Formats: sequence, structure tokens, C-alpha cells
Amino acid sequence: MKVPISWLKEYVEINLPIEELAYKLTLAGLEVEEIRYVGLPMLEEKQQATKISGFSWNPEEIVIGEIREVMPHPNADRLVLCRLDDGEQEHTVLTGAPNLFPYLEKGELDPPLKVAYAREGATIIDAYNETKDIMLTTLKRKKIRGVDSYSMACSERELGISEEHEGIILLDQDAPTGQALAEYMGDAVLDIAITPNIARAASILGVAREVAAITDEKLIPLTLETVTEGDPIKGRVSIEIKEPELNPRFVLGLIEDVEKKPSPYWVQRRLKLAGIRPIDCVVDATNYTMLEIGEPLHAFDYDVLLERAGGKPPSIITRRAKSGETLTTLDDIERKLHDFTVLVTDQSGPLSLAGVMGGADSEVGEKTRNVLLEGASWNYVNIRRTVSAQGLPSEAAYRFERGVHPAIASLGVQRCLEWMRKWTGGKVAQGLVDEYPLPPVDPKVKITPGDIQRWLGISLSAVEIGELLKKLDFEVIIKKDELVVNTPPHRLDIGQGMVGKADLVEEIARVYGYDQIPETNLADGLPLQVGNRALEMEDKIRDKLAGIGLQEIVTYRITSPEAELRVFPPDHNLPDQDYLEITNPISSDKTVMRRSLLASLLEVVEKNRRSRERIALFEIGLEFFPNGENKIPVDEKLKLAIALTGVRTHHSWQCADQDLMDFYDLKGLIEELLADLHIENVSYTTDTAPSYHPGKCARIEMDGKLLGFMGEIHPKVKENYKLAEAPLTVAILDMETLLNKVDDLFNVESIPDQPPVLEDLALVVDDDVPAQTVQSLILLAGGETLTEVSLFDVYRGEQLGEGKKSLAYSLVYQHPKKTLTDKEVAAIRESIVKRLEKELGAQLRSW
Amino acid sequence: MEGKLELIRREALSALELVDDEKSLENWQVKYLGRSSELMEIFKALGTLSKEEKPVVGRTANLVKVALETASGEKEILFNQRRINQDLEGEKIDVTLPGRRTISGSIHPTTQTLREIYRVFGDMGFQIYRSREVETDEYNFQLLNFPPHHPARDMQDTFFITSDKDRGDNPLLLRTHTSPGQIHAMLEHTRKYPEDPPPIRIILPGMCYRYEQITARSEIQFNQVEGLAVGKGITFGDLKGTLSNFARRMFGQEARTRFRASHFPFTEPSAEMDIGCFLCGGDGCSVCKGAGWLEILGCGMVHPTVLENGGFDPEVYSGFAFGMGSERITMTRHHIEDIRYFWANDLRFLDQF
Repeated sequence: MKVPISWLKEYVEINLPIEELAYKLTLAGLEVEEIRYVGLPMLEEKQQATKISGFSWNPEEIVIGEIREVMPHPNADRLVLCRLDDGEQEHTVLTGAPNLFPYLEKGELDPPLKVAYAREGATIIDAYNETKDIMLTTLKRKKIRGVDSYSMACSERELGISEEHEGIILLDQDAPTGQALAEYMGDAVLDIAITPNIARAASILGVAREVAAITDEKLIPLTLETVTEGDPIKGRVSIEIKEPELNPRFVLGLIEDVEKKPSPYWVQRRLKLAGIRPIDCVVDATNYTMLEIGEPLHAFDYDVLLERAGGKPPSIITRRAKSGETLTTLDDIERKLHDFTVLVTDQSGPLSLAGVMGGADSEVGEKTRNVLLEGASWNYVNIRRTVSAQGLPSEAAYRFERGVHPAIASLGVQRCLEWMRKWTGGKVAQGLVDEYPLPPVDPKVKITPGDIQRWLGISLSAVEIGELLKKLDFEVIIKKDELVVNTPPHRLDIGQGMVGKADLVEEIARVYGYDQIPETNLADGLPLQVGNRALEMEDKIRDKLAGIGLQEIVTYRITSPEAELRVFPPDHNLPDQDYLEITNPISSDKTVMRRSLLASLLEVVEKNRRSRERIALFEIGLEFFPNGENKIPVDEKLKLAIALTGVRTHHSWQCADQDLMDFYDLKGLIEELLADLHIENVSYTTDTAPSYHPGKCARIEMDGKLLGFMGEIHPKVKENYKLAEAPLTVAILDMETLLNKVDDLFNVESIPDQPPVLEDLALVVDDDVPAQTVQSLILLAGGETLTEVSLFDVYRGEQLGEGKKSLAYSLVYQHPKKTLTDKEVAAIRESIVKRLEKELGAQLRSW
Repeated sequence: MEGKLELIRREALSALELVDDEKSLENWQVKYLGRSSELMEIFKALGTLSKEEKPVVGRTANLVKVALETASGEKEILFNQRRINQDLEGEKIDVTLPGRRTISGSIHPTTQTLREIYRVFGDMGFQIYRSREVETDEYNFQLLNFPPHHPARDMQDTFFITSDKDRGDNPLLLRTHTSPGQIHAMLEHTRKYPEDPPPIRIILPGMCYRYEQITARSEIQFNQVEGLAVGKGITFGDLKGTLSNFARRMFGQEARTRFRASHFPFTEPSAEMDIGCFLCGGDGCSVCKGAGWLEILGCGMVHPTVLENGGFDPEVYSGFAFGMGSERITMTRHHIEDIRYFWANDLRFLDQF
């Protein structure tokens, strides 16, 4: 809502600097997003910071001038010379403004044309500079086609009023020649963000009411000057409301013999400052009144309605649209109507989309002489649904969908008729036709000082509370320690009972001042200390992975099925996956909730592939799977994804290890992570999955339960992501399975007093025997005394024979109580070797 | 014999004075203390001496041996120090060469900010509560006092999820805020403690989604942290105190806060908390867009209808709630100009945290 200060001042006295007013309004919930100066002097020192823009008019340099004569330029057809009086002396002013040409060579003008005159040396806006920011220019004396030029009559753009630069400003006749323009019509516009609960302030009067309350001023009441010279409206039109729930009130007024012409300049200027384009005095009057008091109005051409009714008094009917019904709105679009749309109709069909937009047939046009004016109130839900279904926001709908109190409908019609009479010279018909089947019940709310204490933590007496509420026009009756508060008939945001009480608490706090309420600390006892173990464990995993060199990433959870298919080799039978689909996607690449954290991860590897020689990433994130069995038909699964590719260590001047990371780097990392979480009984078995290299993929299980897969990404999948030769290994683990197993109350073993016995053991086995099998068997056969087994060499060679490999382990024997003798160690070793020989056909190679 | 020993001692000590490198010290040691030195010969010959002579000569020989060993030991230390000094001179390195870095990863900036928020509120007793991301209209809106078609829904453009069944006024959607968790948490709590429920003090972090164009200032997915405190006698003053404390922990003890009236359907009174722009100190700059204040979070006293929907009697219980976007806070703290950096995962961005 753009509020020109000059307009606001008609309804409330303002005795503080604009910046301070803006700050107070902002604190009270009417956030002033910007102050745009249009002529008024700006403060030198910034007070309370708000975004400030615009331009001030120097009172010495920019004044009201009067053009007495418009003469041809001796050397240029497109320019004219004006004889202009600036209150001090006459000047010859040169201009090319098209709106002066009608006055060319008309001799002495009577009355003269009042204009905004910038004297020599004046600073104005450079209208020819196309940049977004305001560029200023200073008027200097120069010759234009042989004629001296040093000053000018300004356009709106040159003064920062609007973008209009087609002609110069022609002021109203009452403008006093010689007066500083800033004094006459200098302004500043507050741009206020209106939240839904404060919709009542979507008007100048509404904002004035708030200003009065928070600055302790009195509202200057609106005075209606009803002059009705026409015949009574009674009997010339009738109203029938089919569903009062949808249309609680409908008011009609009539004005005859209007002359359609431009509105006075001050009206046009205010409309422009408020962001509405002036059209003609009839349309402008409806817009002006809507901005002024908040009631949207609609003007019908009365003669069209008469004609449609065959010359009889038209009957206006409001009702829901029927299925299949259409209406061509005044933007010339034929609209198919829904059954929730409310229409204003007559006997022959729809006239307008109620509260949203008029129809083309009955709109006021060039030839309109008699205007039937509608002021109504509508159910906000239907307005909202119509606006969104038709994609048709409008100033009227903006207000109706936030709620307009039905009580102001008649005031709106009367006020608008008054403006039309003044600006068009028409005759207002006596009276109104007013159907008001469903007046709202303005809530009556009871509240006590105890409520204020309990909610706000401040103690106010009933009288003090009453005073605060009265500033906002609430009617207050104090009974002992209780206030009975009546909601004024211009607001719809106060509820009943407990809700109404809360609504009043907010109003009291706003007027009292949020900044005046002292800060306190919670005095309540501590809540139950339950922690959040899952999150704590997740964070532990994050810390571990970051600590061992991985970067955490967070990716979009909204993707497309096409993007996820890239994780499969192109020649793979592409699966037909069931997705959680977004009904209203924002773009074609974000249509479903992801099923594959892997796809997200690979996209990040792809994106960074050129900027890094080593990429090591992880993400802990959700995957989404439709599941009709659930009440909310989706499973949200938390997964951990890890990707490694590129060199093991960064290239440096010392030329470190430049080997590429492979399967075992990833495996080592997972082993370290699981060890850190004290997870045991993990097994890795050869397996296949479509995205993985067929020979380099493992299934990871914990106590026989699937934890996830790891492996090298299939070369064909790598190609999908344009990734180079280097192996890319990934692991996807299920977080729920993992977190369920984390043992954070693990036991610590005592440090043995006795020295351990260390020895190495090399065994030859068939090449296809998995190392994990050998190692598990060694541990099993070694019994409790064998405390550690680690593989330190894998060897294949001719001397071992085809299809054989040698695995060398270092073993640690340790008895908790005593020093082991050579003999005891030999016995254990022997049983290990025997067991391996028997079960795996292993041969002892050395020890 | 004793005279000979004295002679050996003197000769050896004077010879030692001439020794000035490790090699000649070694030779000296061989000559005077070695296996076939004169001194050792005397020790070997001790057995041939008489009972009276043996202890006397033995003791003297020992004294000589100790004297020679001590003297040569001192020389050895001297040479050792000298050698180290010589070595040091040759061992100069270029300290400006880059160090050998270990490879380390880092935590995503959003996670880092979330953790700081958890810590600050954790210190004030708040527990962390998480809930689902795919929600129903009922939990995301209706129970939070946004009836169908309420104008405040405009402030939260929503992604809807297609459903097989006609769900009427209760479609599936991606949560637009973590507030549905407020209802889940309150209902779980009041069902568990139907009589006189103990206070609730939680924060609710998680990913939320809004139907917006992706630009430098707006994203379709973002992390929100909401807070909820419900108890007996919780006031708007407590809300201000708690959140100002938070702001000081998060943005420095000098941080100024202001609370201005605002509107959220699920709180009443509602407020926005701004902090004084810490870059310009309130004069207006590009970060605060000339306003001097930075919008940090929305908050308010829990609306009685919401308390009731959560199973609390609003005549007895009161509470406050707040919500903030953790990416916005990260942007404010680190002067990040483009919100799209967060999910783009360019390592050149992430490396900086």
C-alpha cells in the first residue's frame, strides 16, 4: 500500500518527522519498506533507518509558474516558446511538450496555464537518463536553435512524480503563482507492507487510524457532503441476493449526466503516487475512493443495463456461476466460470465477476452518461478461489480476499458519488438501493488485566487497557476488573472468546509498544531432558567423515525421474520407478521427490569434476518412496552416501602419493567409520547392482542385516556423468539400520600387564577364496588368546602356481593374565593352520 | 707401581689436552683406556701382586681409570656439542615453502549453523524434535490456524503432492515450515501426560519447501529452525528475553534487537525480530538494503486455537513460538550474497567453511 503523506494528513495530524513515523508504523506491524520523497525536503541526518529514495524540490528553484502565451519557435517546428511568469518576473521558456501545442498562437491565455517551473540553476531529474537510479542534472544557460534557454517547465519524470515525460505538468487553476512547488504539492510516499490481519489498513483512512493510535493523535473524521440533485434511485433498479453467505451486502447509487474528462491534477497525482494509473474522472473516482476508505467500487453503464432489461428498471441478481457459464471480462478475455465464482448478473446474464473484475458489456466507456455504482461485500474464500482460478489479481480483489467490512459499502458508494459529482458535474440520484441481508456480528470480547499479565508479562490497570483500546476505536465498558470490548464496525480480524482475547492482547501490545515490554527469562522449570539420540549419532558420523577428509554436501530433494535414470547404464533395462510426484512443479527438472541419494551425489561429482583432482563427498539425506500402506503414503528413508574419486593426496611440491583412490580407499573409510561407532559383525560380500562395476561391488551386512552397497561405479554410468578414467567409488548406507546398531555405551578393555607375542603367518589359498573368509577363520581358530589379525600382504606369482594367492597376516597373541610361552603359541598356530587346511585347503607358506 | 700409575695419568691427561677431534679422541681412548693399554695391563697384572700391594695398587689404578674416563667423557661432550653446532649450520630450510597438509573435509555451512543454533537453545534447555517432510494440509496449515483459503497461505506458496485418492481439503504437500512438528510434538506430549502436562521447550529443525522461483534471494528448499515453549506463565517478555539472548550468542554480545508487530496465523501477538545491521551499525548499507536492520526471525505467543489443537488448555497454558531460516542466518553471518550457493555444492564455496 503506497500512502502519500499529503493524503494521510487529511485524516490525521502528523507532528513528527516522516522517518520517525515510518519507524513507529513499522514497529506497530505496518512495515514501511520504503519512503519515497516526491518533493518534500529530506532530513539531512538519517534518523531511524528505513530505505529512503526519491528527490526533494528546492523551494527557491522550483516554483509554480504561469504560462501566459505560447509562441512558435523561430527556427524549429517541434519547439515552442512560452511567456512565463514565475511570480517575480517574466521569462521566455522553450519547450517541446506536445500538450502545449493546442495553445500555440492563441494569444494571451485566459486563464493562464499553471506549470511546475524550474529556474536557472535548478536541480531536477535527468529525464533522458534511462538508468534505474535517479540521475540529477542542473539547468544551465545554453542556446537551442538560436534561442536562449536557461530554465524549463517540468514533466512528472523530471520531478520524480511518475515516469510520464510525454508532456509537462499542467497544474490545477488554484495553484498560486510564485509559490514554492514543494510547499504546494511536495509529498513523500510510505510504501507499507500490509499483512493479512491488518487488511483494514489497505486504505488511507485505515492507515490514518493506525497512525492516530500509535502517535496519540485524533483521527480527523471523514465528512460526507451529500448533494443529491437527481431523481430518487428508488424504483429504478432492484437487487436480489441469492446467497447472503456469499454476498452479505449490496449497495447501489446512481449519478446521471456525467461528463467523462480527465480528473483534476491533484487527483491524478495522488493516484499515480499510490500506484494507480488515472483514466478519466469516473474511473478515477472509484479508484480514489477505494484507496481513500478501502471499499472497492464498480461502475456500470446504467443505460446498457436499461437496454438489456428492455427499457424496464434493471434487476441486479447476485448468485453463483452455473456450470458452463462464461463472461467476457473488461480485459476482453472470455472466461469459463466455476461454481464457486460469485457473479453480479441481470435478467439476461452475467455482468461481472463479483469483487474481481467487471464484464466488457456493461463497463463504463466513452459514451457513458449515467453511472450505476456498486459497493458490496463478498465472502473472501470465493474471491480468493476465483482470483487464483482465473489468474486475475486486482486491487478490488486484493481487498475483498482479505475481508472488507460490509458496513463501509454504503459509505463507499456515497463518497464516490460525491467525487463523481465534483469532478464530472453529474447529478446524484437521491438515496441508495441497499440490500443488507447479513450484517456481521461485531465481536464483544471480555478481557482482564490478569490476561495481559499472563500473556505479555506487564501489569496494566483496567483503565489503562481501556485507554489503549479506545485509541483504535474499540468501545470499552469497564466492569470492576473486567473490560467488555466492542469491536468497531470497520474491522473483521477480531475473533470471539479466547481467540478474541488473544486478538485484543495483540492490539494492546501494539499500541502499548512492543519495544516497551521488558525482556525476561523463562522462569518455567526445565522441560523433560530427552535429547535426540538419532541426531546426535548423525552428527557424530558427520564429524568422523569430515575428520577423515570428506566434505559434507546438501542437495536438492526435488528432482526428475530422468535425472535419476542416469545412475543406470544406458543399456540396462531401465526400471519403471514409482515416484512421489509434485502436483505443481516449478520446472521440468524438479517434478518428483528423489528416490536416489546416489543420483544427487553423482551430480555433485559431475559439477566439481573439473575444479578438483580429488573429490571426497558425503551426504546424509532423505530418499522418498511411495507407500500406499502408510497413513501418509510415503516412506522417508534417511541414507548416508559417500563418493570418492581422484588422487589419494593432493599434488604438492614434495610430490606425495599421486595414486588414484579405489575400492579399498572407500572400504577403509567405511571400516574406520564403523569401528568408530563400535559396530561389529560387519560383512562384505561380492554382489552386483546395476550402477556398480560388476566385479567391484560389495554388499555390506551387519549381523546379517543389509546395511547397504558399496563399490566402483559402472564405467557406463560414469560416462553418463562425463567422468574421466579415475575410479569413482560410492557407498550408500541405510542410516536407520546403522543408528540402531551404534553402541555408545561400549566397554573398554583393561590394558594387559603381560607383553604380547607377535608373529607373521603367510598362507596360500585358491585365488577365489575371499580374504574375509580366511581372516574370520584365523580368528575363530585362534580363540581368545589371538587378539589381533591384520592382513599385510597379498601376493600372486608363478612359484605359487596358477589360481593361487598368498595372504600374509600379522598376528598378536595376548593372554590377559600371563606371558605366553613359545610352546603355547605354537599350539595355537598349529590349530589355526590345521583348521584352514581342512576348511579352505590352505597351505602354510611361512611363519 | 704407583709411580707408574701416576706417570700414566699425567701422560694421558697431557696427551688428552692435545686431542681436538673425535678421531684422535678415539685413538687416545684406545691408547690409554683400551684393552692393551698400559693401565689395563696393570689391572691384568694385579693378580700377580702380593696381598698387601694388591688393594693399594688396585685402588690407585681405579682412581686413575676414573680420572681418565671423566676427562675423556668431558671431551666427548665437548666434541658432540661442536659437531651438533656444525651440523646445525648446514641444516637451514626455507620456512616459506608450503606445509604438508593433511586432507580434511568439512561440514556443510548449513549444518554448522544448525549446530550453533542447537547449542545456544540447548543451553537454555530446549530439546530437538524432528518430524516428517511430506505432510498433510491439516498439519501444515489447518491445525496451525490457517483454514482453507486463508489469505495468510499466500505467504507460503506450497508444493502439493499428487495423491491417488481424492483427499478433499486435506491434500498431501511438502511442509512449508517445520511448524507441523509443533502439533505432532504437543499432541504426543499431551497424550502421554493428559493430566497437567509438564512444560514443553523444543526446537524443530529441518528441510522445508516453498513454491518459489529460484533466485539469489529465494530457494525452493531451505532449513528452518522453529522453537516452541509451552508452560504455565510464559509471557511475551520471556519470548523477547529468550530471543534477544539467542541473538547475542549468535551475532555477538553487542547485537541489538527490535521486535515489531507482524502476522502469523499460529501466533498472537506475532512479531518479527530484527537485529541492528552489524556491518553499518544501523546507518544503512548494501547488506541491510539501507534499512539498518536485518530480519532474523518471526515469532509470537502461541495462538489459543493452536494450543487447543495441541491438547493444551489455553486458559491455563501459554507459550511462544519462533521460526528462522538457517541459510539466511548463515548468509547474514558470512555476508553470502547468493542463496543458491547452498545446494549447488560447488567445492569452491564449501571449502571456505
